Amino acid sequence: MTAALFAGLSRLIAGTSVRWVDCRPDARQRVYFANHTSHLDFVVIWSALPPAARAVTRPVAAQDYWERGRLRHYLASAVFNAVLIDREKVSARNNPVDRIIEAMGDRYSLILFPEGTRGSEVGAFKSGLYHLCVRKADLELVPVYVENLNRILPKGEFLPVPLLSTVTFGPSIALKPGEPKGAFLERARSAVLNLRQV
Amino acid sequence: MSAAFDQQMVWLLNGVLGVLLISTGVGLVLKKRVTNDFARAVVENLNARIRAWWVMCGIFTLAVLTGGIGSLALFGLISFLALREFITLTPTRLGDHRTLFWSFFVITPLQYYLVGMDRYGLFSILIPVYAFLLVPIRSVLTGDTERFLERVAKIQWGLMVCVYCVSHVPALLTLKIHGYENQNAKLLFYLIFVVQISDVLQYVWGKWLGRYSIAPRVSPNKTWEGFIGGVGCATLIGTALWWVTPFKPWQAAVMSLMITLLGFAGGLTMSAIKRDRGVKDYGALIEGHGGMLDRIDSICFAAPVFFHATRFFFTD
Repeated sequence: MTAALFAGLSRLIAGTSVRWVDCRPDARQRVYFANHTSHLDFVVIWSALPPAARAVTRPVAAQDYWERGRLRHYLASAVFNAVLIDREKVSARNNPVDRIIEAMGDRYSLILFPEGTRGSEVGAFKSGLYHLCVRKADLELVPVYVENLNRILPKGEFLPVPLLSTVTFGPSIALKPGEPKGAFLERARSAVLNLRQV
Repeated sequence: MSAAFDQQMVWLLNGVLGVLLISTGVGLVLKKRVTNDFARAVVENLNARIRAWWVMCGIFTLAVLTGGIGSLALFGLISFLALREFITLTPTRLGDHRTLFWSFFVITPLQYYLVGMDRYGLFSILIPVYAFLLVPIRSVLTGDTERFLERVAKIQWGLMVCVYCVSHVPALLTLKIHGYENQNAKLLFYLIFVVQISDVLQYVWGKWLGRYSIAPRVSPNKTWEGFIGGVGCATLIGTALWWVTPFKPWQAAVMSLMITLLGFAGGLTMSAIKRDRGVKDYGALIEGHGGMLDRIDSICFAAPVFFHATRFFFTD
């Protein structure tokens, strides 16, 4: 109920039009990976999913941001069911990939931003996506391109300007057997960038 | 602000209902009779447009029924949605973020508030003077000088067309016309009806007889046949409706011709911006029509001139 309300509200503010290009909405286990431009990114992608898929999709977000303040904490845990990652103390014992795999189980899908940080251009992907695919075989990866959200709520601003945004879901990819890390990450990055021209 | 509902208004609304019923019927007949795929697509789009017209007329009637406050709220919302489409299409930079926030959440509501308060002296200069100055001041404070004049001009233009011009529609309700007290809602209806029926008739004549493009580089769908047939017929309709206005028949003819010509000019101008940005429509809000701005471009240009002509010649 809260989730549906929140999804509707976010689509209203961000005026989102959703496009599925060679990809069907589905509630099976997937990883949606997208370019990262704004705090609104995952909210808008999450809202763009049909309710059945949304119910089993957990965004991967930064612990330091989403555990600050009561409201954020509430939103992250109760509304988005987010998987919070500690960005600062990454070590062998505190490995984000372990945390993510545990959170996925065999039911949950993820929304993640392989760039790791927000920027106006699509930067290089960090290796987390690769390690996730190595550990979890046959994972379906859906590229997502979000447009205009950096104008609606840019980095460093806290008041949104209600412009129109677009979310494009593209044809899924998967890690090929024996594919080197660099090649895979570059291929994943171009899968996101390709959606810009569609 | 005043808006009453009298017998003439009931006739007008029944007239609109009749037009909608007839066009829905024609749409159904055409749908049965199409044979090839190209014609099917055109009829499909026509029927989508007619369906959207039902919704738009319903909302418009509700707004007018609730009197001044409903019309203010409706056109305020229209301005907000149109500005949103306009700014989305015109590139601004990070340095404009706060300026845009002011434009959406302070200037736009304030303009409609002043119209609602009947403060002609303020609402007629708020955007051309105060917003005109505020926009560059707020943007320059961020220190971003890249394409500065261009960015500022785009925001100013968006506010003028989407907010200032559109706000002159509900502003019609504030005019004090001798012998026409509490009847201004019909004037508002008249403006919207004549301008929109002109758009519709231009489309119909253009689809029916259109051969010679009037501005092939700006809008390939606008033809001389559509222009002359649409503007001519809408002027005739506007003249025939003189009895709901404070105008004499010949005055209604001049007014109708003026607003339909301005409506055409508005549609053409807003198309030029779309061509420049390489898009077909401003948005996808209204099925078959495109965005809000695609539907109201003609009203943007007709409303302020209609308001001032009426104010100058017909108020005490």
